[in-house]
Amino acid sequence: MDYEIIVVGGGHAGCEAAIAASRKGHKTLLITGNVNNIATMPCNPSVGGTAKGIIVREIDALGGVMGEVTDKTLIQMKMLNYAKGPAVKSLRAQVDKIAYPREMLKVLRQEKNLLIKEGMVEDLIVKDHSIRGVILSDGVNITSNIVILTTGTYLKSDILIGSTRTRSGPHDEQPSLHLSDNLKKYGFNILRLKTGTPPRIERSTIDFSRTQKEDGDPKYYTFSHTNQHYYNIYRQEPCYLIYTTDETKKIILENLNKSSMYGGLDDITAIGPRYCPSIEDKIVRFSDKEKHQIFLEPESRYYSDIYIQGFSTSMPRNIQEQMVHSLPGLEKAKILKYAYAIEYDAIYPTQIKPSLETKIIENLFTAGQINGTSGYEEAACQGLLAGINAALKLENKEPLILKRNEAYIGVLIDDLVTKGTKEPYRMLTSRAEYRLLLRHDNSDLRLSPKGYDVGLLSEEKYQKFLYKKEKIYELIEKLKEIKVTIDTEKRRTTMSVFEYLKNPTSSLKEIIATFHLDLDYTDEVMEEVEIQIKYEGYINKVNREAQKQLKNEEKQIPPDIDYDKVANLASEARQKLKEIKPLNIGQASRISGVNPSDIAILLVYLRKYYHE
Amino acid sequence: MEDTIVAISTSLGVGAISIIRLSGSEAIKIVNKIFTKNLSQEKSHTVHYGYIKDNKEKIDEVLVTIMKEPKTFTREDVVEINCHGGIATTNKILELILKNGARLAEPGEFTKRAFLNGRIDLLEAEATMDLISSKSEEARKISINTLTGESSRLISILRDELIQIIGNIEVNIDYPEYEDIEQLTNMKILPFIEEFKRKLQEIIDKSEDSKMIKEGITIGIIGRPNVGKSSLLNALIEDEKAIVTNVPGTTRDIVEGSIIIDGVVFNIIDTAGIRQSNDIVERMGIEKSLKIIDSADLVIVILNNNEELSEEELDLLEKVRDKKHLTIINKIDLSSKIDRSKLKDTYIEISVNKNIGLDKIKAAIKKLFNLGELKTSDLTYLSNARSIALLHKALKSIDEALTEIRNNSPIDIVEFNLKEAWNYLGEIIGEVYTDELLDELFARFCLGK
Repeated sequence: MDYEIIVVGGGHAGCEAAIAASRKGHKTLLITGNVNNIATMPCNPSVGGTAKGIIVREIDALGGVMGEVTDKTLIQMKMLNYAKGPAVKSLRAQVDKIAYPREMLKVLRQEKNLLIKEGMVEDLIVKDHSIRGVILSDGVNITSNIVILTTGTYLKSDILIGSTRTRSGPHDEQPSLHLSDNLKKYGFNILRLKTGTPPRIERSTIDFSRTQKEDGDPKYYTFSHTNQHYYNIYRQEPCYLIYTTDETKKIILENLNKSSMYGGLDDITAIGPRYCPSIEDKIVRFSDKEKHQIFLEPESRYYSDIYIQGFSTSMPRNIQEQMVHSLPGLEKAKILKYAYAIEYDAIYPTQIKPSLETKIIENLFTAGQINGTSGYEEAACQGLLAGINAALKLENKEPLILKRNEAYIGVLIDDLVTKGTKEPYRMLTSRAEYRLLLRHDNSDLRLSPKGYDVGLLSEEKYQKFLYKKEKIYELIEKLKEIKVTIDTEKRRTTMSVFEYLKNPTSSLKEIIATFHLDLDYTDEVMEEVEIQIKYEGYINKVNREAQKQLKNEEKQIPPDIDYDKVANLASEARQKLKEIKPLNIGQASRISGVNPSDIAILLVYLRKYYHE
Repeated sequence: MEDTIVAISTSLGVGAISIIRLSGSEAIKIVNKIFTKNLSQEKSHTVHYGYIKDNKEKIDEVLVTIMKEPKTFTREDVVEINCHGGIATTNKILELILKNGARLAEPGEFTKRAFLNGRIDLLEAEATMDLISSKSEEARKISINTLTGESSRLISILRDELIQIIGNIEVNIDYPEYEDIEQLTNMKILPFIEEFKRKLQEIIDKSEDSKMIKEGITIGIIGRPNVGKSSLLNALIEDEKAIVTNVPGTTRDIVEGSIIIDGVVFNIIDTAGIRQSNDIVERMGIEKSLKIIDSADLVIVILNNNEELSEEELDLLEKVRDKKHLTIINKIDLSSKIDRSKLKDTYIEISVNKNIGLDKIKAAIKKLFNLGELKTSDLTYLSNARSIALLHKALKSIDEALTEIRNNSPIDIVEFNLKEAWNYLGEIIGEVYTDELLDELFARFCLGK
């Protein structure tokens, strides 16, 4: 074999996969269409956001790189949902689109076991339903034990603007023309998805006096658990808020049939994400709304493009000009890049296992948009897990499968492989039923031991984590010991700080100040302790619920089960079970179309025939 | 296949005919062993006349219905034996069947099998159980309403109201910077949640009435020996032409009989006479009688007009003061020796022997239980214990939410409780977590980049 692992694609999934695989000591090759496009951000200039910010924390806790690279290249940082509850707080960074890929490339190049090669993969080498390597467009064969496909939007992608359809990837890059057809040939079902991106505007042509300035937070935050920040809170780049006008609405409605999605093209079958509608979608579907919010976001300190968030469209260029000029402050704006929609092929994610290995070809892994997701963070976390699990497979070890109560990454992968998706899948806090456990603050407590166990998280970071964990424990114990006396109008009460903290209006910092307590701990430790104490009741409740569900997670379903032999299963359930091949009863119960009665029947069958 | 189960599927002693039902692969084989006719070659869904026999002794003249899977209630082989309602005979047949290899069914196990075998869904399963156990016409109507989904509709409406709030909060959380979507704050949702609580409470109240209609009300008659407890009981029952039975329960109290007033079943429990006693057995009986005061829905204390009030009787009257109770003075046709000034409550004067005042008792019962204005006139309310328990859980979650709102806790914590309530309501109608919430999010709000 030429390599142990080949990663196809240099996007956010591919980078994490390649780094994880090579850091675990495996000879890895990353194949990309263009080295200059490694880890670029073809859409919004930000990393994180609600739920997604927590995913970046999780990537970092496991030993991935997205968090640190973001920390080093961000130009604005915000903690979202600060007051809405401990579980929904999440970081979002505006990232410099030039600096981020440059930094990522630097990290990749430092990896001793990793080689980067330019090329276009058009086919796979498959023998006995097992991967042997890849075939490039120039006919060159490269062999490997494992292949990880992270092809993003490059599978047979079409760029749609108005009534024109052009076969191309983002950045006018060459797409992979045959790989998805070849995947179909091997037995994969192919899904056609669509997404879009808004126009970019020349900064100097915008009248910012007509916009509302949105600054970053005046406090330091980092995605990485090293807590090392590289930016200056006083030198953050602002974003700007504006609203669409009556004129915008009028232009869109008058020209609706020119949009690719509304008649401009009559051969659109791809499904776009509901959470990321084009501006024409918003105006048609919410016709009673007078105006829609638009954010102007800087893309980089190295060039002057401004990204118009909320304004993605597939209108023809001349209509885009009119639309942009109808926005306040953008009357004279110069469009640098026009908006477009992009259609691309993906595989039905129910064809992959929770380890991200495909069910159809052994040792072939997939991650990112090819699995039907959308978003840099969603891609990166899958890439990381695919890289880890590819390496573990080579080492003959059990895959790392994160549970729904352990990580958003677990929720994401479980949703994909169990429920599948019809639209590009984006993570939302509402997808996580145990979100009170999946917090920004405890991402390392949840995942760093796992990252260390699989051999990815460095010894240095792990020691740092252990120290923090010890401090948390120590502080909780101290707070149980320290008694304070509180006088109210009615009575005087003495209680431990631990008890007092359960009071919803109390705060640890205030208590320390009021009672002059000699407690010297980092903000990070104090925040963690405060959340654990204050929300103990809720956290315990969710934990109990999760444990109840976990029981079913431990009831394994033998891989050789023949669902045709299980009498009385509803036919829809039987068909879905055959397709998804759930690993355990917990996963089976989450498949849509599998009812509680089917699960009961399955349990009875398993008990009888496998004596479990 | 599962083992074969058996149970008496009619209320023991209530009807003129009892039905014993078996389900499972051995059902036909087992009955064949104790039936005078050979059933092994008979077709499905046929009825057979014959005798149940214990060796050569004929036990009862019966009709046996055999139904082979899959077209049966449980989707297993089912056999039903219609026998003559007597308790002794029915029990004897049941014993015979158990001896021949069947297992006594757990409560609701037939329905559980029907459910597990995919024959019925969860709500149907519950309603069917209720239908089987319904004791009066009124109860039957409620069961049918459940089957037709009336109560599901009621819960769905409540859930829909809640999901709108939850959906809005979720959007606020997942899209924190969309200022054109209303930001729900604790103060904004407080009036809504208070109103929601009121509606939920109303459904609970009506449902509990509904439960009362279905499961009946327990009346304990209590008093000294020979004050006329039994004769009052008999008179009440005689008047309603109800069936009098004597079913000694192992752990339960002795239900002497049931009467129906305005469609509601009243189960009357006889008790041992209360008096000072040194006899151990009698004292145990008296202890038990006193416990009735705690367990019965209504306690009727009978006094004898012809005897002076004893200490025990005064104690008794004190004990029942906090309960629903009626004080009755019997034997007013005899000379009065009771000092009525010692009675703190109102009382009803009757004479069972002369048939004086029985109407007054019934009128008083009606009044005590608001039978005239039971809230369940449209009978669409939930009536089984599981549903009511879930309603209470939902109410508790709503209360928690209100507490968190008043503490000004973060909205995510408030929403946690609302979601919990929403899930409990969902459990009642068998809705498990689906993508409902996400669909709501995307259908109602304009979101995106």
